[in-house]
Amino acid sequence: MKILPIFVIIPLGCAFLISLLGKKIRNFADILANLGTLSLLVFSLYTIPLVSIHKIIVYKVGSWMPPIGICMVLDGLTSFMLVMVNLVSFLVAIYSISYMKRYTDKYRFYILFMLMLAGMNGIIVTGDLFNLFVFLEIASIASYALVAFGTEAEELEASFKYAVMGTVASSFILLGIALIYSYTSTLNMADIAQVLSQKGTGLIISFVAVLFLAGFGLKAALVPFHAWLPDAHPSAPAPISAMLSGVFIKILGVYALCRVLFNVLGVSSKILSILVILGVISMVVGAFLAIAQRDIKRMFAYSSISQIGYIIFALGIGTPLALLGGLFHLFNHAIFKSLLFLNSGAIEYSTGTRDLKRLGGLNSRLPITGFTGLLGSMSISGIPPLSGFWSKLIIIIAALQAGYFGSAIVAILVSIVTLAYYLKFMGFTFFGQLDKASLNIKEVPWVMRLSMIVLAIICVVAGLLLIPILRPFLDGAVNVLLSGNSYKDAVFGAIK
Amino acid sequence: MSEYILCLVLFCIGLYCVLRKRNIIKIVIGLGIIEYAINLFFILVGYRTHGRAPILAKDQAITNMVDPLPQALVLTSIVIGLAVTALIVAIAIRIYDKYGTFDISKIRRLRG
Repeated sequence: MKILPIFVIIPLGCAFLISLLGKKIRNFADILANLGTLSLLVFSLYTIPLVSIHKIIVYKVGSWMPPIGICMVLDGLTSFMLVMVNLVSFLVAIYSISYMKRYTDKYRFYILFMLMLAGMNGIIVTGDLFNLFVFLEIASIASYALVAFGTEAEELEASFKYAVMGTVASSFILLGIALIYSYTSTLNMADIAQVLSQKGTGLIISFVAVLFLAGFGLKAALVPFHAWLPDAHPSAPAPISAMLSGVFIKILGVYALCRVLFNVLGVSSKILSILVILGVISMVVGAFLAIAQRDIKRMFAYSSISQIGYIIFALGIGTPLALLGGLFHLFNHAIFKSLLFLNSGAIEYSTGTRDLKRLGGLNSRLPITGFTGLLGSMSISGIPPLSGFWSKLIIIIAALQAGYFGSAIVAILVSIVTLAYYLKFMGFTFFGQLDKASLNIKEVPWVMRLSMIVLAIICVVAGLLLIPILRPFLDGAVNVLLSGNSYKDAVFGAIK
Repeated sequence: MSEYILCLVLFCIGLYCVLRKRNIIKIVIGLGIIEYAINLFFILVGYRTHGRAPILAKDQAITNMVDPLPQALVLTSIVIGLAVTALIVAIAIRIYDKYGTFDISKIRRLRG
């Protein structure tokens, strides 16, 4: 089975070819980037039947046996994340064809975009801890550069802040890896889990868990570590904001944290309760800061912090139902937050501003943007048949079953606050009086509309993932997290 | 033991530099110090006193050898550090073009 390295090779190869030929051949960058992301989407969808047949597939890089060589692992969680990332990146790449005409050097944007995608796919497929660090740095460096892509004063400032905090976070992660290596003398994730189960976990593993929590938590923008996100995400070009908020913080933060804590180090009740506390604080703080914002993208950025709080809260509860809700919310949030950021990009594209006070009545001028924005907003605030409702409902039921009554009530209240600020967004931009300055604006080009419409449709139908026929897609991911320490047995079983 | 403590001191100096200094170039230097402290720690993890290179040779029984893996990893990590430093310095130069200062307390257009 040679499918796993493809997820890293395609984006890296595209980035290389675009940097070589992008300037010389017209439209080469657009075509290659879209073909690349399309093929990645097809391959990632192909992993779903593979996982349902084989359960787990291990690829040995250079045919070295895994405890010595590097391995790549495909299991339910990997396949789930690959589908999410490559779906969003494909739609964002389509959107960029028109949107990025505002900027000079469009091909450089695609180079960085593909590098970021290579880093994210690499983090998902790798089964080696140091390899994870390298891919994490590839994705991070590309994202620092993408945040500063406009090279305006604010963008540079945001990128600098983000780069400094991101580098400190990476240092914490590297320190954690060094400590794990000194204790277990191995870097393969499955092998680390095996050594730990023989040797026993001491104080040093708790310390490593805290280092990883700080490092990956900073990448995921949990509340004590969130200061960079509301600056960095709005400053990037809209497609990149959609990628950063939609999938980037989830892969670098939530996925890496889950994989390391649940499958490698093993979770204790202390770590889980820390996750619950961080999650609840994040959702409250993010929601209340979002209400006060006037800039559309800044409001969405704070909303991302709040929704990541929901996901971390659900993962911290740790029951099967809660993990299902958490991962389902992760998927839904990737879809509707990318949709909303693409909407904000469309608004900025046609009106030239993101200030809520200067917009209004755009529904008559931008009907498609308005309607998809309405679907996205209602979905994220949890209005019934849309996808966000189901995931929040599952999280809240799971919290009640596990006895977190206070936190469940907080989650419901935050959901109401979420509805409030999305109504504010809808009211100030799409409803009300049309400003005289924006009388002659037009709807955005069709490629931008296309990706927004596709995302809105997924928003509506994503609830169907819970019906029994489609359930294995989510259940496969949940089972990997639930299996915890037996991840190592699955990996070593697949090697033989 | 003392070398580990010195390594921790180096890490703390770097962290202090990032947190307290106002000049953005000094912050970049602080990040470099943090990276080097961690690289040094990683090398120390694999070091054995009077160890030798782990190369197999005929009729020689190697008893005490240095672990080569951390050195290979640190080499990678140094290259990554170089890339990050180059990018941040480039951003710092562009910031100086726009704001005309390196003082972070004056570079504050983003709020809230």
